[in-house]
Amino acid sequence: MQAKSFLELMQWGPQGWLDEMMFATGLTLAVAIVGFLFGLLFGTLAAIAKLSGSRLAKRLADAYTTVFRGVPDLLVIYLFYFGGSAVVTAIGQFFGAQGFIGLPGFLIGTLAIGIVSGAYQSEVIRGAYLAVPPGEVEAARAFGMSGRALLWRIIGPQVLRYGLPGMGNIWQLVLKESALVAVVGLSVYLYEVRLGDLVLIYETRFSDLLRQAHVAAGSTRQPFVFYITAVAFYLVLTTASTWCFRRAETWATRGMRRV
Amino acid sequence: MDFTFLGESFLRLIGGVPLTLQLAFSSIALGLCLAILLALMMQSWFRPLGWLADGFVFVFRGTPLLVQIFLIYYGLGQFRPALDEMGIWWFFRSPYYCALLALTLNTAAYGAEIVRGGLQSVPAGQIEAARAFGMSGLTLYRRIVAPIALRQALPAYGNEVILMIKATSLVSTITLMEVTGLAHKLISETFRSFEVFFVAGAIYLAINFAVTRLIELAEHRIAPDLAQANRPAEVH
Repeated sequence: MQAKSFLELMQWGPQGWLDEMMFATGLTLAVAIVGFLFGLLFGTLAAIAKLSGSRLAKRLADAYTTVFRGVPDLLVIYLFYFGGSAVVTAIGQFFGAQGFIGLPGFLIGTLAIGIVSGAYQSEVIRGAYLAVPPGEVEAARAFGMSGRALLWRIIGPQVLRYGLPGMGNIWQLVLKESALVAVVGLSVYLYEVRLGDLVLIYETRFSDLLRQAHVAAGSTRQPFVFYITAVAFYLVLTTASTWCFRRAETWATRGMRRV
Repeated sequence: MDFTFLGESFLRLIGGVPLTLQLAFSSIALGLCLAILLALMMQSWFRPLGWLADGFVFVFRGTPLLVQIFLIYYGLGQFRPALDEMGIWWFFRSPYYCALLALTLNTAAYGAEIVRGGLQSVPAGQIEAARAFGMSGLTLYRRIVAPIALRQALPAYGNEVILMIKATSLVSTITLMEVTGLAHKLISETFRSFEVFFVAGAIYLAINFAVTRLIELAEHRIAPDLAQANRPAEVH
């Protein structure tokens, strides 16, 4: 059999792999965005705990950042993948379900990425909060602002401004970390569609960019072509993000005096 | 908690520590040499060398390490006949060498930026003064530039070392049985992910703690004044 050329392999439609690779790139982006948002949630909670007066909350949050910044991400993904399913299976058995219940890979992957990136994000948020000059908060208080207004008008925008460069770095980390979900896979979804008496079962397989490249490489025996394409797609994603964050920084610091 | 199981897991996972450390330290040592070379290329007056180094750093920092590992280990298999002919197939056939190569190239890209930052931090006045004394070329680098750059770059390089120790976990995806690989195997055998994570995590934290302390020690030795300055500022 004649080996297909690069352009033949990379055409759109059922003959080539371009559509699959593009879709997988979208899924990688989705994993990264959802994982980053989970991280923002965990990171904000941990930052609040660290800034709160409570000693216990601070210790717990410190332990969280130390552990999840010190342990390999892959190990955390394994923990969530196997541990999460074990927990859900146990709960299922309690309610009378039988057998092993797998959790959707998307949820597992994004939660694991969220936990890890949250550990990094909490430090950025804490630093950004501490960078807000106390005089501004005092001034706002003197104007009679309090609670929500203070947070919304004075603290919030400045935390965003100071935190943005750090968040940009973490986003790049998350984007690259999202490749790790390829190891456990984003799993298979089964749909049941009932049309009267007729039951149709659909199966959809989702793959992120790296796993899609792996699948295509195995199917065509041209691994280099697909991995180098994955490299190119990742470069597009990271370069585009760099550009977006630079724009966002310009926007967020538009009112700042430059020295 | 089942302490017998924790103990058994610990004994199994500790067997992966030598491979983890070996991969981390050999890739860091090789990567540092390459990083210095790249940083010098970036500063070279011959621009194409600088573009080459910039391109290398851009590609390796802009893509996931796992993709780089797969590209080298699985991807280069496509050129097996050619590599066979060149007599280097033994290298690319071995998951160990492929992992080492990927880790080295990756850390070299990150390291190059750190070294470049260190080189740029050398005050121009110091170099001018050295030139005025008649130093040039290698002597200037050895006596003035390298010591100052090293002192400046060490803390950032310490972070890179920790990142590399964590990054070695990815080689388990190409069949190398270091700590994470052994942990994965143990989890699939026993399904006791929490206990195994606990033990494996503790091993990594212990390694990181030891390495962090060693780097802090080195910082104190070569730059006591900077080590003092890098401490969190005291509240006035």
